[in-house]
Amino acid sequence: MLVLIILLPLFGFFFGIAFGRYNGKGTCFITSLTVFSSFFISFYFFIKLLFSGTFYKVTLFPWIFSDFLTINWNFYFDSLTLGMLIVITFISTLVHIYSIEYMKEDPHLNRFMSYLSLFTFFMLVLVTSNNFLQLFVGWEGVGLSSYLLINFWFTRIQANKSSIKAMVLNRIGDFFFLIAIFSLYLITNSLDFDVIFSLVTLIKEYYIQIGIAKFCVLDLICLCLFLGATGKSAQLGLHSWLPDAMEGPTPVSALIHAATMVTAGVFLIIRCSFLFEYSPLILNLIIIIGSITALFAATTGLLQNDIKRVIAYSTCSQLGYMFFACGLSSYDVGFFHLYNHAFFKALLFLGAGSVIHALANEQDMRKMGGLRIILPFSYSIMLIGSLSLIGFPFLSGFYSKDVILEIAYAKYNTFGHFAYYLGVLAAFCTAFYSTRVLILVFLINTNGFRTNILNAHEGSYFFVLPLFFLTILSIISGYLSKDLFIGFGTDFWSNVIFILPYNYSLSDIEFLNLFNKILPLLVVLIGIFSAIFLYFFTLPSYFNYKQTKWFKYVYIFLNRKWFFDKFIVELIGINVLTLSYLYNYKDIDRGVLENFGPFGIINNVNNTIKKVKKIQTGYIYHYMFYIFIAILILFIFSLINFNYILILFLFVMYLLF
Amino acid sequence: MFIFQFSVNFFLFLIGILGIFLNRRSILIVLMCIELVLLAVNLNFVIFSVYLDDLSGQVFSFFILTVAAAESSIGLAIIIVYYRIRGSIEVLQKISIKG
Repeated sequence: MLVLIILLPLFGFFFGIAFGRYNGKGTCFITSLTVFSSFFISFYFFIKLLFSGTFYKVTLFPWIFSDFLTINWNFYFDSLTLGMLIVITFISTLVHIYSIEYMKEDPHLNRFMSYLSLFTFFMLVLVTSNNFLQLFVGWEGVGLSSYLLINFWFTRIQANKSSIKAMVLNRIGDFFFLIAIFSLYLITNSLDFDVIFSLVTLIKEYYIQIGIAKFCVLDLICLCLFLGATGKSAQLGLHSWLPDAMEGPTPVSALIHAATMVTAGVFLIIRCSFLFEYSPLILNLIIIIGSITALFAATTGLLQNDIKRVIAYSTCSQLGYMFFACGLSSYDVGFFHLYNHAFFKALLFLGAGSVIHALANEQDMRKMGGLRIILPFSYSIMLIGSLSLIGFPFLSGFYSKDVILEIAYAKYNTFGHFAYYLGVLAAFCTAFYSTRVLILVFLINTNGFRTNILNAHEGSYFFVLPLFFLTILSIISGYLSKDLFIGFGTDFWSNVIFILPYNYSLSDIEFLNLFNKILPLLVVLIGIFSAIFLYFFTLPSYFNYKQTKWFKYVYIFLNRKWFFDKFIVELIGINVLTLSYLYNYKDIDRGVLENFGPFGIINNVNNTIKKVKKIQTGYIYHYMFYIFIAILILFIFSLINFNYILILFLFVMYLLF
Repeated sequence: MFIFQFSVNFFLFLIGILGIFLNRRSILIVLMCIELVLLAVNLNFVIFSVYLDDLSGQVFSFFILTVAAAESSIGLAIIIVYYRIRGSIEVLQKISIKG
């Protein structure tokens, strides 16, 4: 029954791919039903886990059975896995149902639903594995299905480019992940989590010497794991695929960028908490990268004009929060934020999808506005989602986000405070851009096209139902599961997450001074009111202000994503392409190898033969000359030493050719 | 005595070779020089036969005589045919076969 959780979406995928064309809309219902069933089963086991604290491990059959290496297809259901499972399957079910309506008129609906199921399947493989290799199967599979889904409208060149970008940037991270897997195998001769995690104190003792520098192997492994997670979770440096992945259909964005794919990186770090705990260096790196990502993405989200892009940057920013929560050794808080974030981000994406759907696929916020009256339901869900995202008190985002910020301050070291202040700034930006989206889309007078506005309407039940569930969960999930995940002394994470005692700081947040506790909330309120002030009340003067020179620079800087794409393309992309053309292609492939290889030999032989042919002139006395000279020379040199003939031959050849 | 005779043979041979080699005018001269070379070889066989007191050298010389006669007759025949076609028997003339 536990394996059914994983196999049902796979069945849905195969059904959709193989038989989808024969039964019309049947694929939608089969895939939705399979994913729902797997949600149902995992929810059952989650409840069971809550009551009895039982973990499960299902061994299917051996996969690799070599000398020291034994890898089975194991499915491991502990509290972390089950927590992820209910999130993934729940969001996936709702996205499936939502896509039935959203993709109603698409001719490739079967393919779409199948890919969604495939994606869910790989994500389930990822979270339920109990060894690194099986996790890597899910890891790569998730990347593959994200490629397929982003590229779903394969006739659009932009979608093709985005999906290739997503794939390539993910592969960069995967490469490091592979290195980490290899080195873990090299040291422990195993890939199972339980073996590796129990040997972590052994791994800690390994050092490698490179020159005069001495590296702890565990640090390098953790660095590689972190870089792998960076690619998957769109942290700074490898983040630029995430906003571009908005080229896929909106449900895909909701699935990939809210609940599943990007959480895989966070999941990996939480899973490997045993390794990361013993590597404080990398934990600090995670804090820095995570908090910078949070701030960077939040500031970039401030001035984006595409509604989905804003939400994508907020995803990126929230992932930064999760990362630095993990870096602060509060893996449970990171997971809690992941859990809440999945609900309200899926809600935001699907709400945005509903707005886009209502406006005939218009994504530009500057061409929206005034939809509060036409789409009251979408407005209310977007409002709840946004309030949840910006951490409005007593909504789900508040419970996790404020805890993250408080933990950052309660760390009482430089990295913690660094993360705290960046996180607070990011919270301000989050509040600002969320409010900005609401104002630009719903509150101000409309800027859209007349036909779009006239034809705007709410979706049917397939839209409303998932949004309704997500809204409810966005409101209550934080409150409901606060005590479960991060409650003081909760035994939910029995042995799954490991925190060194001197890294533990969750209890310290009770002793923060009031100002630092209240600061995020204050900042959020300031953000909300400043956005309302700028975009709602003083929009004309804001526009005048926008025309000034310095503001224009800031605007371009933020709107163009801190020029990160430009940097990556112009410093790395183009140079790598140029180098690969100049050196690999032109100099080596078509140069050295060709000249010493086929072309060079052919040219040489041709030239030589032409010269040899010229000897035979057609004059008899020339022929006689050659004959006598040759005989004479052979005769003379045979008298001296026969070996010289070879040298003589080479010399003559040299003279002639 | 024998040394002198050998050197005469050698120079005859050399003259024949050089005649073939340096000749720029007529194929007839080439043929004559070949005859001269064969003569030198023949003479050498005979001298060696006497010098070594062995008869097989003289047997060879008779064979060579016949071969030389046959060769010169066939060569002359070829030259006549060639002359009929080309109208000249100059060595300098470029023949149609070339590499």
